[in-house]
Amino acid sequence: MATDAEKSPEAAPDEPNTFVEGVENVGRGVINSISSFGGMATLAWEILRWSVRPPYRLQNLFAQLDFVGVGSIFIVCLTGTFTGMVFAQQSSRAFELFGAESLVGPTVALTITRELAPVFTALMVTMRAGSAMCTELGTMRVTEQVDALETMAVSPVQYLLVPRVLAGLIMVPMLTMLFDTSGMVGGFFVSVTLKGMSAGTWLARTQTWLDPEDIFEGLIKAAVFGFAVSLISCYRGFNASGGAKGVGKATTEAMVGSALAIFILDYFVGVILH
Amino acid sequence: MPPIIQIQDLHKSFGDNAVLKGINLDIEEGTTLVVLGGSGSGKTVLMKHMIGLLKPDRGRVLVEGQDIVPLDGEELARVRKKFGMVFQAAALFDSMTVYENVAFPLREHAKLKESEIREKVKEKLAIVGLRNVESKYPADLSGGMRKRVGLARAIILDPKIVLYDEPTTGLDPITTDYVDEMILDAKRELGVTSVVISHDIASAFKVADRIAFLSQGHIVEQGPPEQLRRSEEPAVKAFLSTWFGKQ
Ligand SMILES: Nc1ncnc2c1ncn2[C@@H]1O[C@H](COP(=O)(O)OP(=O)(O)OP(=O)(O)O)[C@@H](O)[C@H]1O
Ligand SMILES: [Mg+2]
Repeated sequence: MATDAEKSPEAAPDEPNTFVEGVENVGRGVINSISSFGGMATLAWEILRWSVRPPYRLQNLFAQLDFVGVGSIFIVCLTGTFTGMVFAQQSSRAFELFGAESLVGPTVALTITRELAPVFTALMVTMRAGSAMCTELGTMRVTEQVDALETMAVSPVQYLLVPRVLAGLIMVPMLTMLFDTSGMVGGFFVSVTLKGMSAGTWLARTQTWLDPEDIFEGLIKAAVFGFAVSLISCYRGFNASGGAKGVGKATTEAMVGSALAIFILDYFVGVILH
Repeated sequence: MPPIIQIQDLHKSFGDNAVLKGINLDIEEGTTLVVLGGSGSGKTVLMKHMIGLLKPDRGRVLVEGQDIVPLDGEELARVRKKFGMVFQAAALFDSMTVYENVAFPLREHAKLKESEIREKVKEKLAIVGLRNVESKYPADLSGGMRKRVGLARAIILDPKIVLYDEPTTGLDPITTDYVDEMILDAKRELGVTSVVISHDIASAFKVADRIAFLSQGHIVEQGPPEQLRRSEEPAVKAFLSTWFGKQ
């Protein structure tokens, strides 16, 4: 997105208008994001309306829950464990300087539950499931399968988008809990087995410092991220045009947009919750 | 009885590409209209307006007397249940088997037992001359087979109106004949109204009650096949001479 504003080197020499063009590009980018934001808001509203209307296609929903959720268990556990391990490793080195190693457990637990778990889980789901949603819907759009659904008097929003966005909304928090757990197991393992801390102290300190609200805050974030990334991926795929190339472009936009949305929303949800 | 589909002063542009520039067309119930025209003349665009997939810039599309242009959602869905549509490139759901594709409209709109669904799917696949392909995926079929699965899916609910976008392009002559007979049978036995886009002049003259010729955004000639054959319109003459010239 930002690369739009960068000028290609060969255009530079005798072009007096690069500045104007740069401004134009930025302007176009801004207009694009505003109009797609409007489109997404409208689509979100449509999805909401269709999700409460019969028929409820539970089979489609379960297929997506399985794909988004169950399919991501392995990579979420893996990233969770290693994040916990790295975090314990780094923070214990820092805390050793002050002789405050007993704070490693709470530090790991708080950072993971409140920040890292929802953000990393949402990023993993974006890469694994969001990209697949976007390319699948995009392909269906450019090969007229979406039109075919419409001619058969079936709402594509209800049939295709509702289960995907609901799956994102439900499964990202679930996976975040898994990330929480595996992250703490990883942190515990490094602290106790490799750094020789006392298991009892680690657990006791963590228990004292970690409130249910911290976990809950992480889960709220996760739900917001899950909704946002599946909405963005669906929106981009659903509005793809221009054959295979268009689907590729839509997927790139979906990935960049979802990643940006996660970091931006992370800040704002954090502010709102406090 | 008024025509089942009436198109009045239909205009449609994509950007500055004016594709339809004032189309007027009546389709009587229980008849077959064939739309002829060169590649890119807007035949598919015209057909998509009949079922509300595209909205015109100006003009009306009446289906059984009701203007469908302002409709959407539930109301448009109700009108669409009268239609079956065969897409030019089949548009099968590639995540589903042939069986699930053909059964799809039944599952959505008819409350049937699985055994009844199986029966119907088999029947329609037999009509389009396909056997033992139920468990295959669209990606494993040839283009012609895919097209026929699309045909079976379009007629599974026995719709009143069937829109065929080039149903026989890419089919061998025997299967083409088969599909032509199918369109004629549906009209004779069930009173189905058909709109057929075709490049195949022989088929067109065989199945059509009326032919409309689309050129430069206008219907430059329409009427029974004999009338088209005698047409003095240059575009029509040029188009038909490629075939009749050889006879
Ligand atoms: N969704 C769309 N967006 C932009 N332009 C379009 C769209 N659909 C069709 N067109 C344009 O409209 C014109 C007519 O297209 P259409 O598909 O109706 O042709 P056709 O008569 O069906 O041709 P063919 O016989 O090759 O199928 C073409 O110039 C095409 O580029
Ligand atoms: Mg066409």
